[in-house]
Amino acid sequence: MAVVTQTPAETPVLKKARHESTLLRVSRYVVVRLLTLFVTVVVGIYLTIMIANMGGFVDQIMKGEIRERVTQSIAANPSMKQMDPTVRQKLIQDTIASEEKRMGLDVPIAIRNFRYLSNALTLRLGRAINMTSDAGSKQVRLIILERLPATLLLMGISQLFLFFSSILLALNLSRSYGNFWDRAVVALSPTSAVPPWFYGIFLILIFAALLKVLPFGGMVDSPPPSNSFDYAMSFLKHLILPASALVLSSFFLSIYNYRTFFLIYSSEDYVEMAKAKGLPTRDVERRYILRPTLPNIITNFALLIITLWTGATITETVFLWPGLGRTLYQAVGLYDIPIIVGSTIIYAYMLALTVFILDFIYAVVDPRVKIGSR
Amino acid sequence: MNTLKNSFRNILFYPAALVGMLVVFLLVFTAAYAMIKIPYNEAIRLWRGGEEVWYQNPKFAPPAWINYFSSKKYAESFAVRTTDGTMIKEVTLGAEGTSTISTSYTFNFSYDYYPQEMILYLTSKYQEKQPFISAEWLTPDGRTIRIVNLALNQKQTYRFSQDEKLRTKLRTDDVIPQLFSDPETGRLLKGQYQLLITGTTFEPDSDINAEFVFHGQVFGLAGTDHARRDLVVPLLWGAPVALAFGLIASLGTALLTMIISALGAWYGGWMDELIQRITEINLVLPFLSILIMIGTFYSRSIWVILGATIALSIFTGAIKGYRSIFVQLKESMYIEAAPAYGASNPRIVFTYLIPRMIPLLIPGLVLSVPSFVFLEAGLAVLGLGDPVLPTWGKMIDDANRNGALYRGYYYWILEPTTLLMITGLGFAMLGFALDRIFNPKLRDV
Repeated sequence: MAVVTQTPAETPVLKKARHESTLLRVSRYVVVRLLTLFVTVVVGIYLTIMIANMGGFVDQIMKGEIRERVTQSIAANPSMKQMDPTVRQKLIQDTIASEEKRMGLDVPIAIRNFRYLSNALTLRLGRAINMTSDAGSKQVRLIILERLPATLLLMGISQLFLFFSSILLALNLSRSYGNFWDRAVVALSPTSAVPPWFYGIFLILIFAALLKVLPFGGMVDSPPPSNSFDYAMSFLKHLILPASALVLSSFFLSIYNYRTFFLIYSSEDYVEMAKAKGLPTRDVERRYILRPTLPNIITNFALLIITLWTGATITETVFLWPGLGRTLYQAVGLYDIPIIVGSTIIYAYMLALTVFILDFIYAVVDPRVKIGSR
Repeated sequence: MNTLKNSFRNILFYPAALVGMLVVFLLVFTAAYAMIKIPYNEAIRLWRGGEEVWYQNPKFAPPAWINYFSSKKYAESFAVRTTDGTMIKEVTLGAEGTSTISTSYTFNFSYDYYPQEMILYLTSKYQEKQPFISAEWLTPDGRTIRIVNLALNQKQTYRFSQDEKLRTKLRTDDVIPQLFSDPETGRLLKGQYQLLITGTTFEPDSDINAEFVFHGQVFGLAGTDHARRDLVVPLLWGAPVALAFGLIASLGTALLTMIISALGAWYGGWMDELIQRITEINLVLPFLSILIMIGTFYSRSIWVILGATIALSIFTGAIKGYRSIFVQLKESMYIEAAPAYGASNPRIVFTYLIPRMIPLLIPGLVLSVPSFVFLEAGLAVLGLGDPVLPTWGKMIDDANRNGALYRGYYYWILEPTTLLMITGLGFAMLGFALDRIFNPKLRDV
């Protein structure tokens, strides 16, 4: 209102000032938010390293790595081949000792933890101790990248299906509140107390063991089919059970939650008003029910994206699915700390990034939200 | 307090809540029964026991009651011995300190499947001259098969299926089926079988005792696993373990979350700020990975895992939800009045603020029990179950490791999973109903 009453000459100056202040507000917000998120990630990863390191496992990794590198480099050096074995052994020991000193393995553990932390934060994930990727690499980055597609496919297909189907079904149910299907969903919602791996066991029992129509586990037949169509078919066949276990375990609760949510919003006065105006149901749903619930739906979607990255450890283990979750479990079993820390870092970064981006999406979706305003 | 009572009375109008309560009561009853019937130390002894405890049981045997549902009957297991009179021992004294000891056991075999194995456990007492026994097998069609002649040591085990000589004599690799078959047709022969053991001792106070163990195809109420253990033990003991883990974890988490958020909301300032930051950091920590690490590196004891679970579950989204309600509550008149008439800070937090939240706490508490019960089972499935305690999760893990699903030992998987499922659904149904009773906003829709 104030702007309107200004004289024309003053308006541009004022507009510019306001524009700057928005920029300032947003950029100040971005800086503060990024800093707090970064500190959160740093502390989170530091705690993970502490837990993984307290038994001295990370030290062993480093020492083992040094030993291997030194021994190999000396063994591979042709000029040292002629050396007397005891002298060469002495040389190896000395080099290892100086290397350990150089890497700081002789300083107290608390200080060293910070060194691991900085390696982790700069995504220098290092080399795995025992695990190798199927291609034979020991690089943690390559191992994680190799397992990622399997997890993304399984989790992506099941979670996206779950997300969209439950929203669509919930919209339908909220329209016909109190009918048979609605009450059935309400009655069935406690089934989501049972985790996916548990449904997995039952599904394996029924479809693999008893009916023998679907495989017990794994991702493709062994040996993998050579042509890509057969490969895809075999993959789909293996995907059905784990994906349905993941969907089944959250299906009814997810529908129930969205339905309750939509019902609350559809009892608002403006929805009644829109209906009274005679707007078609589709428009009422799209503009007056879905729109105000969008921030929540987006939050759920964002959280879903995060779960895609972690995989479902126990479900993947039950189905022998070669994804990230199972890799993480195997890594713990093999005391392979670099992989554990590596996947934690990715998870922490992803979570922080998602939280950060969400703030902006809220502002775009919901005109009432202003970034950085108090 | 009266409204709380009324709310609980409302439970009667929710069938799901009644079913849930019934399940919870049954669980508590089972847990109490398990702990009285098999005391803690005994349960661990049985669960950790090897062949010496469980030698009488067959391996991988389904429960005996499957015979009621099957037209073809599986042989049931039994064990008889001379020491407790289930096998009658007759001693006839001979000349020069010798004696003849004979014992026999007659049993009716009317099943459609061959047993797994038959074993004789023989003990004898002698100074120098070993006693001597011979065993014979009498079939329903009147044949007598000489099984074995043995000079006895102090302790001796004779397994029918492992005897090379008997194999040659019967011209077969599978001794047990041959002993229970008609040699002409090769078919299974039902009827009265008799095992006859005749022994001779050569010293005055020499003695022989025998135990005949018959490993059938089915066993007891719950069957057995790969280590011949009676699965009744883990099934019964799974109940108190699951209940203890689920209830302690959910109660501990809920109470601590509530107290911490109340303190943060009441005192505000740096304390509130600290709680907020810890919550954000905790969201970054990978919950399951940390539990797996603790289980692998430090201790697989259920109490350590329980403590870690509670510690990691306190600072979650729930603390923010509680905080926002407490902040609202802080503004209400009676709280504002409290400091004026001299109520101390702890008094306000613990007797004014927190009790108001109990209606919100209870449904959430009940609803979180299944997730903790399944968490414990899930860790066991990953091989990180408590090494000493028999639990349902350990049973599933054992079954998975031994390929129960591939090899068709469905009972082994189905028994613990069914119990877990019932437990989880029972608490979930009760929790959902309580949620609708205590938060009536949801009841309308």
